[in-house]
Amino acid sequence: MRCSTLPTASSNSPAPHVAGSTTVNAPLPQPEGGAAGAAIRTLDLVKQYGSITALAGLTMTVGRGEVFGFLGPNGAGKTTAVKLLVGLTRPTAGQAWLLDVPIGDRVTRRRIGYLPELFRYQDWLTAREVLALHCALADIPAAERPREIEHTLETVGLAARGGDRVGTFSKGMQQRLGLGVALLGRPEVVFLDEPTSALDPVGRRDVREIVRGLKARGATVFLNSHLLSEVELVCDRVAIVDKGRVVALGSLHEVIGGAQAVRVRLTGLNGAGHAALHSYGDVRHEGDWVTVTGLDADAVPDLVADLVRAGVQIHAVEPRHDSLEDRFLQLLTRPDDAAVEDTS
Amino acid sequence: MSTALTIAGLTLKELSRRRVVLAALVLTAIILGLAAWGFASLPRASCGRNPCSEVQIRSAASILLIMMMFMISFVIALGAAFLAAPAIAGDIESGVALSILPRPIRRRDVLLGKWLALAGVITLYTLVVGGILMAIVSLATGYQPPAPLLAVAYVAAEGVMLLTLALLGSTRLGPMACGIMAVVLFGVAWMMGVAGAVGMIFQNQAITNIGVIASLILPTDGLWRAAAYHLSPTFLLATAAQVGVSGNPFIVAAPPTPAYHVWAAVWLVAVLALAAYSFERRDL
Repeated sequence: MRCSTLPTASSNSPAPHVAGSTTVNAPLPQPEGGAAGAAIRTLDLVKQYGSITALAGLTMTVGRGEVFGFLGPNGAGKTTAVKLLVGLTRPTAGQAWLLDVPIGDRVTRRRIGYLPELFRYQDWLTAREVLALHCALADIPAAERPREIEHTLETVGLAARGGDRVGTFSKGMQQRLGLGVALLGRPEVVFLDEPTSALDPVGRRDVREIVRGLKARGATVFLNSHLLSEVELVCDRVAIVDKGRVVALGSLHEVIGGAQAVRVRLTGLNGAGHAALHSYGDVRHEGDWVTVTGLDADAVPDLVADLVRAGVQIHAVEPRHDSLEDRFLQLLTRPDDAAVEDTS
Repeated sequence: MSTALTIAGLTLKELSRRRVVLAALVLTAIILGLAAWGFASLPRASCGRNPCSEVQIRSAASILLIMMMFMISFVIALGAAFLAAPAIAGDIESGVALSILPRPIRRRDVLLGKWLALAGVITLYTLVVGGILMAIVSLATGYQPPAPLLAVAYVAAEGVMLLTLALLGSTRLGPMACGIMAVVLFGVAWMMGVAGAVGMIFQNQAITNIGVIASLILPTDGLWRAAAYHLSPTFLLATAAQVGVSGNPFIVAAPPTPAYHVWAAVWLVAVLALAAYSFERRDL
């Protein structure tokens, strides 16, 4: 189920102050998308560590069955958001629901899987024993555990190393094990915090296949990442967060598609030419090539005409869409008081 | 409860795989071997030009046994502190806790599981080592303290007390800070207990009160004194009273009151509950 019709706007109020505005037990605002509800919903979620604000009013909705990319630079609050959702930490203010149940509910956690960013498993246990431990903690029926463990080892490519101690594993293999731990018990929502950080290209491809497999069986995947190319390949929708709040949210097409870019190969760029370029959007120079982002597609002929009028020689013009990376950089380099964008 | 048992099993497996148990057993075997050698040579000791009398040998054996048990109680207290200090803090620091705690489990069950395993190990270790030591003394010298089992039980309880305190610290402090805190508090409690005993000898109420307060804040020294009481035979107490050294931390004339036992039990449950509360509230 896609939830692009859900109210997903993010507040850009400078200092979120939501404590007491609503209570956790208040009736949930029902999503418009259907009876199934949302996998994840947050409303003005705030987390402060002393004087440091890690999350400054996070509001978003993730529909069930979505692969949702949660993007942001280091320190944007991505991991804090996940830790709040999986119950590792408590919000300072605001509300959130996981599978329509307020976060912090122990029983609901039976339905989630989680790969932490700083993954570490008992290095004195074998991979099989780590999975067995998590089967026991996740309350998976004892009769199902052996099959579940072998199937998981197979899925994450560790079938041949199941009997080896974790201490002998490379970082990439430990990450594969962590992924396996997150997949145990067919969770409905899987949180993957930087799941490919330690993986080689083959491992990354495997993770993409696993994520697609999860989506195929209807699970929701919350993918926390700063590897934009990974997100671009697997995610249905993305949220871009910066300084603890959402700065863009929507489908990939919605987030990227709004703006376009044009690459122009030119020589003889003078002051008038510079002025012309900057009047159309953000400008990036790469040798003879200049990329202008954030301009309207219809404006490309006018831009070329203005450059020619300024005496600049044009050798090539390549209109193109922004990549997620372009869009990401564009959003994060805006002034602090820029308007928050809701593209859904 | 099944979570607590799972975590308890995991903790025992960790102690075994990390060779903690093996290291403890090897060192203990060396200590007990030396003790056996020492006690075995005691009956052949000479007092002046003559062989020692049976009374003299028994007196020496009783004093040495108390000193040995004090050393063992010290080792157990240190062991308890350094086993419990990383129990929670180590998992948080390494990141292991991040994968375990989002499971549908209660943090207090994780804490209880760790406590059960560590308290079990400490108790079993004390019973085995204390039992072997008593047997060595009995076989070598024929001396038996008044209540050996009770004495060993009090030493085990002392270890469990410090273990519980360290576990509380482990929910908030780093492993090293927590271990140091527990050991320092243990030492301070013992020293203040000695000060209290000195206060009693000199009939100084203020100094006596320091000892009482210390034994209430951290009951480890009070429990050691209970153990020492059950290791102190009447002939030793009589001799100590004659030479005016009663009231020291090794020869104890009076058992702890029933109220003190109740307080120690309440303290244990309260600190364990506080540790559970602290862990539940901890942001990770």
